[in-house]
Amino acid sequence: MNKKKPVLAAAIGLMAAMAIGPAQSDPVDDKLVIDGELEMVTRTKAPEGSPFEEVLSGWLYRTEETRALEADSFQNPGMLYVERGEEIWNEVDGAAGKSCASCHGEAASSMKGVGAHYPKWNAAAGKPYNLELKINDCRTANMEAEPYKFDAADQKALVTYIKHQSIGMPMEIDLSAGDMQSWWERGKERYYLRMGQLNLACATCHENYNGHYIRADHLSQGNVNGFPTYRLKQANMVSLHNRFRGCIRDTRATPPKAFSDDLMALEVYVTWRGGGLSIETPAVRQ
Amino acid sequence: MATPKPRVKVPKTASAGEIVTVKTLISHEMESGQRKDQNGNAIPRKIINKFTCTFEGEPVFSCDIDPAIAANPYFEFAAKVEKSGTFAFEWVDDDGSVYTADAKIEVN
Repeated sequence: MNKKKPVLAAAIGLMAAMAIGPAQSDPVDDKLVIDGELEMVTRTKAPEGSPFEEVLSGWLYRTEETRALEADSFQNPGMLYVERGEEIWNEVDGAAGKSCASCHGEAASSMKGVGAHYPKWNAAAGKPYNLELKINDCRTANMEAEPYKFDAADQKALVTYIKHQSIGMPMEIDLSAGDMQSWWERGKERYYLRMGQLNLACATCHENYNGHYIRADHLSQGNVNGFPTYRLKQANMVSLHNRFRGCIRDTRATPPKAFSDDLMALEVYVTWRGGGLSIETPAVRQ
Repeated sequence: MATPKPRVKVPKTASAGEIVTVKTLISHEMESGQRKDQNGNAIPRKIINKFTCTFEGEPVFSCDIDPAIAANPYFEFAAKVEKSGTFAFEWVDDDGSVYTADAKIEVN
């Protein structure tokens, strides 16, 4: 009888090891280096006041294949939209006969770091502006062109191109400008507001359950440093406000309009939450 | 993406007999023909249906592509190079358009 004991103990030990072994759903411990040259910050100390100790890029929650797509700028399908954005940058549009390049010159120098600091306080409008709103402002005021409609293909490509000029730079917004602080508060309220028939807040999934699965989808912290993002599911670029609206729709609530005050406040707050992570645009996600 | 734009990546140099990695990507919507528009009419199929790669006229890689391939098809394959020359790439669209690209390689 005694002889059998070690076998049994070993079997129990094995079962215990299986139960507490690394859960498959955790974010991976991996380094994102684009083209073997550009090292990206995918984990960093969370900003003061954040519920997390460490903020993690959504890249760490994706599969090995998806991660590899982003690490090689040739394979990254989002780079096609960066190229298209470069064409738009140099295209003359509107009654004033100007292109972006007419005033801003080479985007590689004039736009370097710009996208990493949006949304930004816009004193004239009395609200925070993201890149999309800023571009539309520039188009109407300086180019005398039609503003882009939300999620127009050209809008997504141009935003992707401009944001890409800041790749690898830390995302950081200035909350001391204008009334940004109260927009941050409003965004925070929105983040913790339960909504829809499913009664979910942003925080339910992205704060309490990141690293877990919601059906087949691996939940991340919901950081926005990779937007606009190439989503394999849509086989297209997805803008941040499109993603906000998609997420809110999935809670079975009525999503606010793109660039509405609600979503602009949310953008301010969520951007702050991921502060310090590298801009990854165009990131590749599931 | 209005006009499909091919992109290829081949090492500039290699030693004779070396196996090099060739990467290709083309922007294309790859409309499967299975979807319907808002009025319920089928959206006609428009995909890249064939891809070929040749080296100085010799076939290196080719494949037929079917509607299940995602947008912006990407191909990566290996090729053994013995001498300097040019890789020629060709994508054939459903509407008969052919998109081409080429890349030189120096073998020393």
